[in-house]
Amino acid sequence: MIETAFTPVQSLAGGALIGTASVLLMLTLGRVMGATGVLAGVIRPNNLSDAAWRIALLLGMATGPLIVMAVTGQMPAVQVPVSTAALIVGGIIVGIGVTYGSGCTSGHGVCGMARLSPRSIVATFTFMATTFATVYVVRHILGA
Amino acid sequence: MRLLSTYLIGVIFGVGISISGMANPAKVLNFFDVAGTFDPSLILVMASAFVTAFVGFRLVLGRKAPIFEDGFKLPTRRDIDVRLVGGSAVFGIGWGISGFCPGGALPALGTGRIEVFYFVGALLAGIAIANFLQGFAGRTRSFVRA
Repeated sequence: MIETAFTPVQSLAGGALIGTASVLLMLTLGRVMGATGVLAGVIRPNNLSDAAWRIALLLGMATGPLIVMAVTGQMPAVQVPVSTAALIVGGIIVGIGVTYGSGCTSGHGVCGMARLSPRSIVATFTFMATTFATVYVVRHILGA
Repeated sequence: MRLLSTYLIGVIFGVGISISGMANPAKVLNFFDVAGTFDPSLILVMASAFVTAFVGFRLVLGRKAPIFEDGFKLPTRRDIDVRLVGGSAVFGIGWGISGFCPGGALPALGTGRIEVFYFVGALLAGIAIANFLQGFAGRTRSFVRA
């Protein structure tokens, strides 16, 4: 386990930027900013122009940390307190879950919640609950 | 224009994820570890993103159409089914094990950290597995109907 400091200013500002990006994608392309949907569409695009905007969005996302690096002189912290096996097993489980659940933290948790979609509200409370439970089991019962 | 604006929207999202701490599994997992090394930052990220999107969507969805398209492509389903709840429950288990969610991990690829590539590779494999299973289930159902 790695202790992290409470960062209210950065987290509020970061959240506002995440919300702003979601609003701008809706304003320009009329689409929901969901990482799951964007990624799934890259794997199986409907056509070339459908693939193009998704790839542009993903490239922009990956540029984000570099902009932070350029402005602050430091890469955003990525501290991984779990094993490589946990990253891979967790990643596969996340991929299966978000596909069946039709979305993740960005699509359901931000965009869907903001539209007061009943499906997104149920999805968000469900995954938040199972994440709390999983972290409790992993850290305090299994003691990993 | 369309692709440049989409790229820049991705940049805004990526910067937001980076400074919010959502790209940092240690910080994300600490939010969920109320009984241990608790860090409440994540709730402020979600609250701030929610309020911004809630207000922004109300302004934007009052328009007839988005700037570059003929209409809005919004999810229209309202039913709560087993797939939605079960899939979301499974997602939370994976998030709790790895500390990454897709929206946090994709921008984090830009840091070049190998751990992020492990996660995203596994994420793509999981999506492919689910697509295969869903396609298989669909074929089985149509076979049974036939």
